[in-house]
Amino acid sequence: MSTDTLTIVSPTGVDVELAIAGPGSRAYAFVIDWHIRVLIAVCWFAGVSYAMGRGIWGGARPSTGFIVIATLPATVIYFLYHPVLEMLMRGSTPGKRMAGVRIVNRQGGTPSTLAVLVRNAFRLIDCLPVLYVVGLSTTMFSAQRTRFGDLAAGTLLVHDGGSEAKALQQLGSLSLNPALDAGTIALGNDLLLRWKELQPDARRRLAGELMSRIGAAGGAAEAPASLASLDDDTLRQRLRHALSGGPQ
Amino acid sequence: MNPGARAPSWLVQRSAVWRRLGDSLGNWRRGRLSRQDALQVLEGYRGVARDVASARKALPGNPITGALETLYASLHAIVNREPRHTLASLRHLYAIEVPATVRELKPRIVGVWLLFALSTAAGWWMIHTFPTLVGLVASPDMIQHVQHGELWTDGILNVTPSSVLSVRIFTNNIVVTIFACVAGIFYGLGTFYIIANNGLMLGAMFAYTRIYGLDGDLLKFIFAHGTVELSMVCLGGAAGVALGESLIRPQLASRRESLQQATAKIARLFAAVIPLLIVCGLIEGFVSPDTAIGWPVRIVVGLANLALMFAVLSGRLFRSGVAA
Repeated sequence: MSTDTLTIVSPTGVDVELAIAGPGSRAYAFVIDWHIRVLIAVCWFAGVSYAMGRGIWGGARPSTGFIVIATLPATVIYFLYHPVLEMLMRGSTPGKRMAGVRIVNRQGGTPSTLAVLVRNAFRLIDCLPVLYVVGLSTTMFSAQRTRFGDLAAGTLLVHDGGSEAKALQQLGSLSLNPALDAGTIALGNDLLLRWKELQPDARRRLAGELMSRIGAAGGAAEAPASLASLDDDTLRQRLRHALSGGPQ
Repeated sequence: MNPGARAPSWLVQRSAVWRRLGDSLGNWRRGRLSRQDALQVLEGYRGVARDVASARKALPGNPITGALETLYASLHAIVNREPRHTLASLRHLYAIEVPATVRELKPRIVGVWLLFALSTAAGWWMIHTFPTLVGLVASPDMIQHVQHGELWTDGILNVTPSSVLSVRIFTNNIVVTIFACVAGIFYGLGTFYIIANNGLMLGAMFAYTRIYGLDGDLLKFIFAHGTVELSMVCLGGAAGVALGESLIRPQLASRRESLQQATAKIARLFAAVIPLLIVCGLIEGFVSPDTAIGWPVRIVVGLANLALMFAVLSGRLFRSGVAA
């Protein structure tokens, strides 16, 4: 087993490998999360301060009510952001999601509540002496890119495999024409999935080439010349039909 | 893969099943997994395993294979996740697991208490012999208060309300206790340092206040909350020693596995330590700084707090109706 992958051993005999995230992805996720939690905490504090007519740094000694309503929740948001979200979002946080990583246990599953709490308690060590120097150093030099928190909790940070939702979307909208070869099907489905991410002229060109290929393979496809007059949505629709072997 | 080969017929046949499984996964993620969805996931898991194996052979490196692998990994995580019985497991935790862990840690708890007592004595001796060294363990503000014949805690309620003081205190104590534990990852040395440092400070402050005749007041201040609070810090320290020991003398094949096993065990302790530290914080915020409260009340509160600690750590408070 490579040290940069986690192999999920299954009783079915079919194993799956997950790519372990390195310090770069980890730091990227943390920076995003840090900004989100600081922003939420500051917005809460400023909003409540404004609502209570104190101004953010009001001069007089803060009342108990102000501390309870403004300061405490802001502090709680800042400190409990990671453990609470990691529990609710099954090993993820908004920052991790954006960075395309998530926490898993060593069996590849969602980490338990205990593991999430342990992992976060060890931030006290990992953040030493400043700016997560200990944590980042250990992720650079440890075998599976783990910080102390991961070591103690038995967790790993893995890449999300290009996002599970995207993969499921791909399977859900798969167009399968038995007359076509598997390569054309994969290519076509990939094009449909990335349709909006591609430049209009690039997707039109690719769609045209693919339609010719489908036509050559005996599938129901139009000649590229007639495609030029079609608008974007209709072209996408035609490609989908051609791939699934359905009516035009 | 033979690029010219036709799409395998199973791929076409199975796509509807994957679609349905994808819907079930979506329901699970939204917390709306019906019994039918659950059965579908269980049935589908093995089928998708076969599909992954076939896809790897027929379509290696194909995005469809990648998507199937992701689906399979998600199904694997759901099918093999541990069951959750929150209330039952909480009762089991407090009635069985916490007391068992405390019993197991007993020699280490004694050891950490000894270290704490020794360092307290060392701190006392140090300041008793060289009072000018007090600046090493106390802030200038604390020293100034004592030199003016009052404790730094006197009049604190005029500055900070009890509720806020309590929250501040128990938050700080929880962090210190967790830190005393997790610092054990440095082969136990971090824990030794924190416990010794705390003991040294306590002893030093007692010696310094004695010079100004305030040691009785200090004892009066800490009596109600201090015994349990210090016990919790020492318990955290004992847990830290267990962490360090798991690295020095691993019981399993590797240090990593040994550390994980030790952490999973000792982490349960904090389910008892944190609530007890919150109680201590409340006492320290509402009772200890209030000069109107005399010794008798403080003794009763202190002993009641101690009794609560023993009841929680021995599991007696939660034992009725829980099978071992």
